Amino acid sequence: MADHHGPAQGISRWLFTTNHKDIGTMYLWFSFAMFLLGGFFAMVIRAELFQPGMQLVEPGFFNQMTTLHGLVMVFGAIMPSFVGLANWLIPMMIGAPDMALPRMNNWSFWILPPAFLMLASTLFMEGGAPAFGWTFYAPLSTTYAAPSVTFFIFAIHILGVSSIMGSINIIATVMNMRAPGMTYMKMPMFVWTWLITAFLLVAVMPVLAGAVTMMLMDIHFGTSFFSAAGGGDPVLFQHIFWFFGHPEVYIIILPAFGVVSQIIPAFSRKPLFGYASMVYATASIAFLSFIVWAHHMYTVGMPIAGELFFMYATMLIAVPTGVKVFNWISTMWRGALSFETPMLFCIGFLILFTLGGFTGLMLSIAPADFQYHDTYFVVAHFHYVMVAGAVFSMTAAVYYWLPKWCGRMYNEAMGKTHFWVSFIGFNITFFPQHFVGLAGMPRRIPDYALQFADFNMMSSIGAFIYGASQLLFLYNVVATIVAGKPVSEEKVWDGAEGLEWTVATPAPYHTFEEPPLVPKPAGTI
Amino acid sequence: MGSLRLSRVPAVDTALKLSAVAAAMFAFVFVVMVPLYNVLCDALGINGKTVNQAYTSVPALIDESREITVQFVAVNNDGMPWGFAPDTRVMRVHPGAANGVVFKALNPTDNSMVAQAIPSVSPSRAAAYFHKTECFCFEEQVLAGQSAADMPLQFIVDQDLPRDIHTITLSYTLFDVTDTATDRLASR
Repeated sequence: MADHHGPAQGISRWLFTTNHKDIGTMYLWFSFAMFLLGGFFAMVIRAELFQPGMQLVEPGFFNQMTTLHGLVMVFGAIMPSFVGLANWLIPMMIGAPDMALPRMNNWSFWILPPAFLMLASTLFMEGGAPAFGWTFYAPLSTTYAAPSVTFFIFAIHILGVSSIMGSINIIATVMNMRAPGMTYMKMPMFVWTWLITAFLLVAVMPVLAGAVTMMLMDIHFGTSFFSAAGGGDPVLFQHIFWFFGHPEVYIIILPAFGVVSQIIPAFSRKPLFGYASMVYATASIAFLSFIVWAHHMYTVGMPIAGELFFMYATMLIAVPTGVKVFNWISTMWRGALSFETPMLFCIGFLILFTLGGFTGLMLSIAPADFQYHDTYFVVAHFHYVMVAGAVFSMTAAVYYWLPKWCGRMYNEAMGKTHFWVSFIGFNITFFPQHFVGLAGMPRRIPDYALQFADFNMMSSIGAFIYGASQLLFLYNVVATIVAGKPVSEEKVWDGAEGLEWTVATPAPYHTFEEPPLVPKPAGTI
Repeated sequence: MGSLRLSRVPAVDTALKLSAVAAAMFAFVFVVMVPLYNVLCDALGINGKTVNQAYTSVPALIDESREITVQFVAVNNDGMPWGFAPDTRVMRVHPGAANGVVFKALNPTDNSMVAQAIPSVSPSRAAAYFHKTECFCFEEQVLAGQSAADMPLQFIVDQDLPRDIHTITLSYTLFDVTDTATDRLASR
């Protein structure tokens, strides 16, 4: 037996690897591929909406595009990208040699690509892909769905299993594998946010699996969970879906909060302001996410007491979220700021996510929501939190840790160009959608009234700019890995703190086989 | 996690416990969320659901001082070919008094069909005060091809109906359940 082993050679390295860094890399590349696929669907949507009238695609196909765009972006791009980040970073941040359950880790990645292959293959099936929106409300997704819905259900089951295994692994790692001295309240914020996210995933992914199982039974086995004719209720579907769906949006955004909480202190050269309050705020948000689901369905005809409860509970979320935003700003206050690409993306996140939070507050007001419901205002709101929130912070994370991962520095000028093109393109795309939404343009339609034409054209141009900027990102990352300027300092960024910056650059295949000495509490320099 | 150990390896122990949580959450959807939703809707009359069983009337005074307008709406679900309408569209009734209305159904097709009517009361707060002593909606209705039938409904509006409610709308949606009813018979 060899006394030490590096990575295996060839394809088997990737198929059979149990190394957290390899698996993290695969998750990141897979999610980027899905990001481009979902982005392509978005380009089809925006191209059709460039002008009023029907130009490029059939209305049915348009619905398939909106559905697949949502599903691929949420489940294929954003969620796996943060799991990849967790794989790469959590062991290195808590001083562990690897994830707690490496073989399960391999499985949780490798069942993902077949699930999405199956989902994408529905496009070529008779009757077309799912066309009922990413929220797949019954009876659209049961009685009126194309036959391919069964493949969709199976894909959801598989990716649910993948998410649950991934999060069990993360919790088991954080609870059992921390280096001596790494107490819970010394853990980096990214580890904290992921720990809480993983608990949310374990709690609600089975609920999603339950919802699609009921759909499967209604479609094929004659039950009537969601069919009024048989004594069921379509509104029940919405309750179950959003009982999953609301925690899901925090599953997406909490790791993004974690990333920002790592990067802003590094480029402010100050410790994170209010570390403990950040931990408690994250936990509060996670708790509140379970009791606000019905704010997605104010218009189904709830009793007034229900509307009021969900309205006030939703508004309450603004408090811990506000704590976080103020803490990030306080971290920057009087810091020695510098504006490298990761920091630019974090500041972009801070501004745009807060805007998305404000529109969320508007939507939380039950009486006002009756006007906003299912309009482009909602589309604008959740793209401000999903794209400018989750995707911007993910992009920041890639720029921030890429030099540590591959030992090469990305092209800073190209990175900054990427930021500014993304930032401007994003706002040209989504800011006008607030206006057309308030003026009454409904979401998920392939055609619209003439008065919305100018803003929609603007939106489409912005979307093409934003989409193109991601190709620049891809080019920059590939060019860095292949031929970037080598870096060898352990601390690539002078302000960076944490155990991952104490290992060699590029990070060796195995790190912390001996537990490190944990130097100082997180949050102090 | 607690003193219960499922494995000597701590990480495996944690993983097994979390798997149990995930399995429990999956079961929770079926054994808690669905029944709880139905119980809450029945108890609170949310969604305008009415009790799906005959109400046993209790001797009570008829409140002559109040008059409630009851409106009847009959709707066919998507693709249902039957003719379906009440003989009276609006009634004025006293709380506590027994009232009757007849819905007419006509099957214009050549085949025997099975239908199920699903009620909904608006405002939904009134659902708990709208008692049906007899209703065609309690059972599936079978109608031979090219035939018609009268489907009766007997109801009492409760004397405790909140005083601010002056109008109650009762809507029936008629669903074609021929396929599921045939399947059920075949499987017996």
